[in-house]
Amino acid sequence: MDLRTSVGSLALDNPCILASGIMDETGEGMARVLRAGAAAVVSKSVGTGPNPGHANPNFIEEEAFCLNAMGLPNPGIKVYAEEMRTAVACGSVIGSVYASSPEEFAELAGCMEDYGACAVELNLSCPHAAGYGMEVGTDPHMVKRIVSVVKDAVSIPVWAKLTPNTHILKDIGKAVEEAGGDAIVAINTLRAMKIIPEFGRPFLSNRFGGLSGSAIRPVGVRAVYDLYSTVTIPIVGVGGICSHRDALEYIMAGASAVQIGTAVLKGLDVFSKVNEGLRDFMREYGYPSVKDMVGVAHE
Amino acid sequence: MNDVVTVTGKSRSGDICSLSFDWDRTVEPGQFVMVWAPGMEEIPLSLSSVGDVKSITFRIIGKDTEALGTKETGDRLSIRGPYGRGYKVNDRKRTLVVGGGIGIAPVLPMMADGLDTALAARSAGELDFALPAADKATGKTWISTDDGSMGFCGNAVQLVKEILKEREYDEILACGPEIMLFFLHKFCVENGIKCQMSLERYMKCGCGICGSCMIDDKRVCADGPVFTCGEISGMKDFGHANRDPCGTRVLFR
Repeated sequence: MDLRTSVGSLALDNPCILASGIMDETGEGMARVLRAGAAAVVSKSVGTGPNPGHANPNFIEEEAFCLNAMGLPNPGIKVYAEEMRTAVACGSVIGSVYASSPEEFAELAGCMEDYGACAVELNLSCPHAAGYGMEVGTDPHMVKRIVSVVKDAVSIPVWAKLTPNTHILKDIGKAVEEAGGDAIVAINTLRAMKIIPEFGRPFLSNRFGGLSGSAIRPVGVRAVYDLYSTVTIPIVGVGGICSHRDALEYIMAGASAVQIGTAVLKGLDVFSKVNEGLRDFMREYGYPSVKDMVGVAHE
Repeated sequence: MNDVVTVTGKSRSGDICSLSFDWDRTVEPGQFVMVWAPGMEEIPLSLSSVGDVKSITFRIIGKDTEALGTKETGDRLSIRGPYGRGYKVNDRKRTLVVGGGIGIAPVLPMMADGLDTALAARSAGELDFALPAADKATGKTWISTDDGSMGFCGNAVQLVKEILKEREYDEILACGPEIMLFFLHKFCVENGIKCQMSLERYMKCGCGICGSCMIDDKRVCADGPVFTCGEISGMKDFGHANRDPCGTRVLFR
């Protein structure tokens, strides 16, 4: 059984990548996830300068979901060089960046390329950072400009991570493709809120946050299905993947690879378990390679 | 998952405050919770009692602990947890518990459980909060203060050295400022004594997701906060550097 896959020109030993924002603020954190069996890791989203993110509380977990409003904390692109050096020595690292303009995105992406990133992932989808993320990623014209300016600035693959918090996902996907984007990553978290009744107010200091975990998986699978029928560039599926069956839903909807994030809560062995489960499934159902399963739900 | 609990008791001595509450969860000594109420940031605190009635004990050092210190009986708190790995008591008779400063709070459950315990602080006033529990302790207890105002005159490491002149222990379970733990760990390694120590870093999620509390490749919240002697030996940032809320590595002076 062949677990290898590729996202465009980027070859992967298996389809499981660590999603951005999870244990990836530091180089050693990313290195540990690579050692745990992830084919690649996506870094924390990094901006031009240090950002402490939103005040605590900025995270809560429940049975079927997590809600966070971390607010893009990161030490800034300059200092992040050291973290990248540590991580890149251990495997494939996709550098995630966030910015408010195409030029800033291009500058950050250039740094990630210099740091040895194997691809750059543009955060066009964080739902809880004013002026960033989905605020620049829900306008197809803006998305097209950003992707195209970044494409001109770097030679590594450019991935665009999109938000489900829109009714024009297909248009945004097309904009990425038209601008020459190498892959689409879908989805980021869903904009959401939790209120503590006893206090009569929202729990997160930012009030709004992003919903992740099992609860959002059907939304992500639908988004990947929609995108696969709209664009021809590769898609990376993410959102609530905890098991090999969850990963298969995304792959069969059209994802060439998947990202795992919230499931790390239950243990870093999720990467090896998903890969093991995929191998058993492929043997039982007669799929020689992961590539043979991509998009089969459309047939 | 958060629970909303009601404060059922409060005590305060100097700048150290304890709040107790009924909370129906099983907690190991050394585990922690994320505590929040409107008007403060959510902060991690180890539990200072783990029976049917739980408690948190903290020093008022900033605006969040100050806000928490204004809570009275009947007020409500949001509690997430318990999180992390606590202390594992291997041989009760051959284990010495060591608490330094406000780091005494997380080891109080083990003193209450009858383990021999050494308590160290800068001066007598900083030990007031622990004295009622020390009086009730069924194991041996020792006290030291840096200024000699109560008990042995010296720091935690010096007190441990004194204790070990008379008694033998195989393992030390400790909590305290990192500088104390650094030298205590060094002492344990040099003298072939096992140890478990509760470490501290800036935390956000509290449960192993966000990566803000990393020491080397370990998450203090989920892999710790209690680490073994061997794990600590492998940490190059232990005693040397921590991470600020941006994730920037900051060297200790």
